[in-house]
Amino acid sequence: MLSYFGNSLLILNVFITLLILYFSSSFLTSNVKFDYKIVKRLILSQLSITVVSFFTLLFAFIITDLSIISVYSYSHESKPIFYKIAGTWGNHEGSLMLWVLILVVFSFLFYLFNNQNLRFRNLTLFFQNILILGFSIFLLVNSNPFEMIQPTPVEGLGLNPILQDPALAIHPPLLYLGFVGSSIYFSAAMASLISGYRGKNFASSIKSWIIFSWAFQTLGIIVGSIWAYYELGWGGFWFWDPVENASLMPWFAMAALAHSVIILERRESLYSWVIILCLLTFILSVTGTFLVRSGILNSVHTFASDSDRGIYILSFLCIMILSSFLIFLKKFPISDKPIENSNKGIFILTNNWFMVFYLITVLIGTIYPIFTEVFFETKISVGPPYYNLLIIPVLIPFLVLMAIGPETTWNKNSFLKFKKLIAVIISAVFINLFLYLVLKSFSVLTNLIVISSLFLIIYTLIDLLDYFKKGSSYKLPRTTAHLGFGLLILFIGLNHNLSEEYDFNLKVGEIKILDNYEIDFNNLELQDEINYKSLVGKFNIKTLNTNKIRSLNPEIRIYSKPETITYEASIKTNLLHDYFLTMSNIGDGDIYNIKFQRKPLMMWIWISAFLISLGGILRLFNKT
Amino acid sequence: MTKKIASLVFTLIVMIVLYTFYKGLKIEVNYNTSDLINKKIESFSIKSFNENSLFSEEDLKKNNFSLINFWASWCVPCRLEHENLMKLKELSNLKIIGVNYKDIKKNASEYLVDLGNPYNVLLIDTDGKQSVNFGIYGIPESILINSELMVLKKYIGPLMDKDLLEIKKEINK
Repeated sequence: MLSYFGNSLLILNVFITLLILYFSSSFLTSNVKFDYKIVKRLILSQLSITVVSFFTLLFAFIITDLSIISVYSYSHESKPIFYKIAGTWGNHEGSLMLWVLILVVFSFLFYLFNNQNLRFRNLTLFFQNILILGFSIFLLVNSNPFEMIQPTPVEGLGLNPILQDPALAIHPPLLYLGFVGSSIYFSAAMASLISGYRGKNFASSIKSWIIFSWAFQTLGIIVGSIWAYYELGWGGFWFWDPVENASLMPWFAMAALAHSVIILERRESLYSWVIILCLLTFILSVTGTFLVRSGILNSVHTFASDSDRGIYILSFLCIMILSSFLIFLKKFPISDKPIENSNKGIFILTNNWFMVFYLITVLIGTIYPIFTEVFFETKISVGPPYYNLLIIPVLIPFLVLMAIGPETTWNKNSFLKFKKLIAVIISAVFINLFLYLVLKSFSVLTNLIVISSLFLIIYTLIDLLDYFKKGSSYKLPRTTAHLGFGLLILFIGLNHNLSEEYDFNLKVGEIKILDNYEIDFNNLELQDEINYKSLVGKFNIKTLNTNKIRSLNPEIRIYSKPETITYEASIKTNLLHDYFLTMSNIGDGDIYNIKFQRKPLMMWIWISAFLISLGGILRLFNKT
Repeated sequence: MTKKIASLVFTLIVMIVLYTFYKGLKIEVNYNTSDLINKKIESFSIKSFNENSLFSEEDLKKNNFSLINFWASWCVPCRLEHENLMKLKELSNLKIIGVNYKDIKKNASEYLVDLGNPYNVLLIDTDGKQSVNFGIYGIPESILINSELMVLKKYIGPLMDKDLLEIKKEINK
């Protein structure tokens, strides 16, 4: 029943999208001087239909309507209601439904809030609806979330247990706000090229969208990392996994764009570059989708792979890249104001070069394995050493420039305040020296990273102080984000160097002493939960020099639907350290493999990452 | 001129990348185990399920044909093929070697009590390391080999009725 309803909505939606395309396409050639009244009605009905179809799917998941394949495959009667809801986008079809929903909502909002230029607005709508059409057909034909199953099964297969987690439930929607948000400035860039609506006005119309998508992309990435940290049970939070990279690449492009769009807005220069970044960001988002959904790469995120899907997205990608490139080429060269006469402009441009460098590094690392496999038939995987080697050293000048850059002004004849500069450098070096003495020795590279991140932190703190004194509020978002970034690098650096890790085997009732810790495997309990059974290890961990005892209870969970074993880490967090314990069974004996880690400053890594995103959100409320 | 060259280079790069993606799609990302067919299996030694002994490729030479089947109690599709394995058990010139893959021993034993034991030899690979040598990626998977240890057929996923016929044909050649 719901299946028929949902399908008819999807089909109806394709028709309405075609109608919108028909009406808005008239703006492509002639200079139509009026808005079609009907367009407003059409986009309103497009919005309502998409919202209703999304909620129909959501409803099917809530009532566990097993006649629908995606519900059968990813849900189960016994699942808690929260995960039934999250199950809606916990699979390929449903998440694509969410993707289309966000596309449509954004398209509607952009239309609503941009009424300065008729042609620009309608052309943006036109391109946005090409994207909507592409994804709607994909949804309908190839990844239909409402597809029926005959005969109706008695019970569902259940959502993969490692996805049954609050952080992961909100992770896709957050990330999609970022990914799909970039579709708006893709369409706007195309519209701007054709309509000639350029310069300051164009920059202002897309700026909020850039910041918005960037802030949510950041949030999505953080929440995903937090999930990986406690759910995957390895104690790491970033693995340079292809799918993590797929979300990071548009992030770099967005970050570059968020900076260069300021130049376009203030100085009307860099137009072509902004356009390239606008196009690139969404192209990277779709490339990411392709890499994840086609199954071309294997990773923890791999959805059920299907090469038909891959071919569809790939063709779509191909059309997108080539048509945007052709339109760009046709309008090129575009008269642009030169950027030379501004210090700030140069610094912002430098930021962009760094971002492009990171982007290319990650892009190559991600797709290189595909190349080697296709051309040399060798399977390789590019791991952290590659990224660490290329990214970490480059961070040092980047952090320094990130501190100095905002200090410069648009005026060419402004100079840095050298006293301040020297003072900050000296204090950064001193704090580093202090850290070096109090903690342990670490490498030259780490020293440099710590110094440069401290440099950025102190610099932005001074700026922040300025804000509280003078109330110059336009600085607040930027300083918050920059401060967050500096802190993030600092804490990751310290965390990386000061983590302790022990790996050993233990039986119930045994005690193990390692350096400063006494680990007591006290007891093992079997617990029955609603949708899984759990083997809970009761551990007491005593820190010998303080005599403080912490009890940690890692679990081995056996889920019934689908039958899966997951290892749940037990984490005790305080302001300074995380105590991280996992256990796994080896063989059939009563010996368990225990991994105990003491990871400093984890909490602060999350806080500083949130600060970055907060900076973006603050900017949205603080328009100057 | 530079515009032309730049756009040509750009188009070329994009084309190469997209072409590579396209080719990449065609490649099985999972182990392409079809190359293993008509090749000799590598030497191995896997622990026996019930006894404290090891089973190796030498033991397989005694059989005319062996079907090595990788399974686990947590694997839902394995239940699907179980009935077919029971049917294969009746063939006299085929020995079925079951490798219990990444499983809990107790659950595995219960599974066989519930559904019947189709295996002539039962082995256990708790951490899945030995199975990697056979190119096992997901289970169930089955490999048909002859007495010269040559891989004749490889089945990824549950053994279906048509696979049953193929196996019968192969061993009665």
